[in-house]
Amino acid sequence: MSVIPKTPPLVEQLKGGLDAPICLTWELTYACNLACVHCLSSSGRRDPKELSTAEAKDLVDQLAALQVFYVNIGGGEPMLRKDFFEIVEHSVTNGVGVKFSTNGTYLDRAAAERLVELPYLDVQISLDGMTPEVNDAVRGEGSHAKAIEAMGHLRDVGFEDFKISIVCTRHNVDQLDEFKALADDHGAQLRITRLRPSGRGVDSYHDLRLTNPQQRQVFHWILDHPDVLTGDSFFHLNALTSEVGGPNLPGLNMCGAGRVVCLIDPIGDVYACPFVIHDEFLAGNVRDGGGFARVWRESTLFTELREPTSAGACASCGSYDACQGGCMATKFFTGLPLDGPDPDCIHGHADEALAAVAAGTAPRPSQDHSRPGAAVPVALTRKR
Amino acid sequence: MAFDPAERYRLSPRVGLRPEPFGALAYHYDTRRLVFLKSNDLVALVRSLAEHESAAAAIDAVVDPSTGRRSAYVTALASLCESGVVEPLLEPAA
Amino acid sequence: MTVTEPTTEPTTEPVDEQEQATDELVTDDVLVEEISIDGMCGVY
Repeated sequence: MSVIPKTPPLVEQLKGGLDAPICLTWELTYACNLACVHCLSSSGRRDPKELSTAEAKDLVDQLAALQVFYVNIGGGEPMLRKDFFEIVEHSVTNGVGVKFSTNGTYLDRAAAERLVELPYLDVQISLDGMTPEVNDAVRGEGSHAKAIEAMGHLRDVGFEDFKISIVCTRHNVDQLDEFKALADDHGAQLRITRLRPSGRGVDSYHDLRLTNPQQRQVFHWILDHPDVLTGDSFFHLNALTSEVGGPNLPGLNMCGAGRVVCLIDPIGDVYACPFVIHDEFLAGNVRDGGGFARVWRESTLFTELREPTSAGACASCGSYDACQGGCMATKFFTGLPLDGPDPDCIHGHADEALAAVAAGTAPRPSQDHSRPGAAVPVALTRKR
Repeated sequence: MAFDPAERYRLSPRVGLRPEPFGALAYHYDTRRLVFLKSNDLVALVRSLAEHESAAAAIDAVVDPSTGRRSAYVTALASLCESGVVEPLLEPAA
Repeated sequence: MTVTEPTTEPTTEPVDEQEQATDELVTDDVLVEEISIDGMCGVY
């Protein structure tokens, strides 16, 4: 009788990469009516090389053939594409679910009525403060009001369980309970996500990032609110679990970039994840021969990311198994080595290295789609 | 509702089942739950459920009873029933 | 979302002949594992 080998645990399977992503982020456009100070895609101006409607629908067909289960659509502001509904409807009717993120400016009553009729579709409204004072300082004047208005439309048409998504910053971390109440009031689900120094975030990161005590505050708050989503973005805080003697945060707690997920940008470029829009993490383009599948399965970058990694400088730290050394994107854009601690390492293991990074030497985003002259509150940006 | 091996089941039509080298990923489009089926035998079992008069019969067709693994498959189906990946098939047998 | 505990037997160990001789099967008893993911930094 033969021996059946034990199946490795799921996390190890996933680190080696899947034949197709489970889901992926697809930024439909770099056009945006806002100019958020931390925008991961430095959005504002439409790129003239954007995928056409036909190319976008063909991409959907490719993803459907691969059985990608759903796409996280964003941008820029995806509803600024004239073919937004056409693309979304093509996706949900062909087996690829859609979750899309919007600032809500264009989500009027008519749009809400159209959205609530679509199957396999979820909507997420971005918000970064409970008050205009906090929110608009990051997202621009009037953005808070527009977001709240969009939420009202979704509630009024009976769109259940839409998402309200917050990027946690030093300035909104004390409002988490209020965000939760806001979500409850709208029959929505709250998501809080980690700020990364990506896109325009490269410059605003140091003003917005959580302090060490605030990180601990968020960790405990997440554990106390298991019905709040996190985008799987706080796994670096699992370094606290041995300290508090408690469970890991829910979720897979690993970096999925290039292994489980990736980004397709508005011009068809494929990056490891939405937070590393930089040539260093560019795997290929869907317009190349072989389309998306070829990039996902054969690109040099993704093949490298799927190789086993060592703990590197984190090897001597007992938390590595729990925190996995944190977030690749955060390390990259702060000029830290990828095989060492995360800048937000809760034990402070990166503090010295971070302070030693000479001003202006950390990588900058490869592209900037910002609209010239778009208002960015001076108080919250300080170039480093 | 509790899993009953004497009843008929089927792979839910609301689920996308995607083969992987190690078995399959199952994604439920309504609940958004994602489940990892860790053996190709389990995947074959799940796909064959509707063809049998009962889940127990389907298991017997796939699993060699002398392996002692039968209970693992019963447990697996119960788990998949809980997550909605498989569901009772209420039509009468053909 | 609920999370099913993953198997606690992670490693694939080499099987020696003695185990084969006794017909003992090295198997993974937990055949289903639920994944709790929220996009894995998909942002949305």
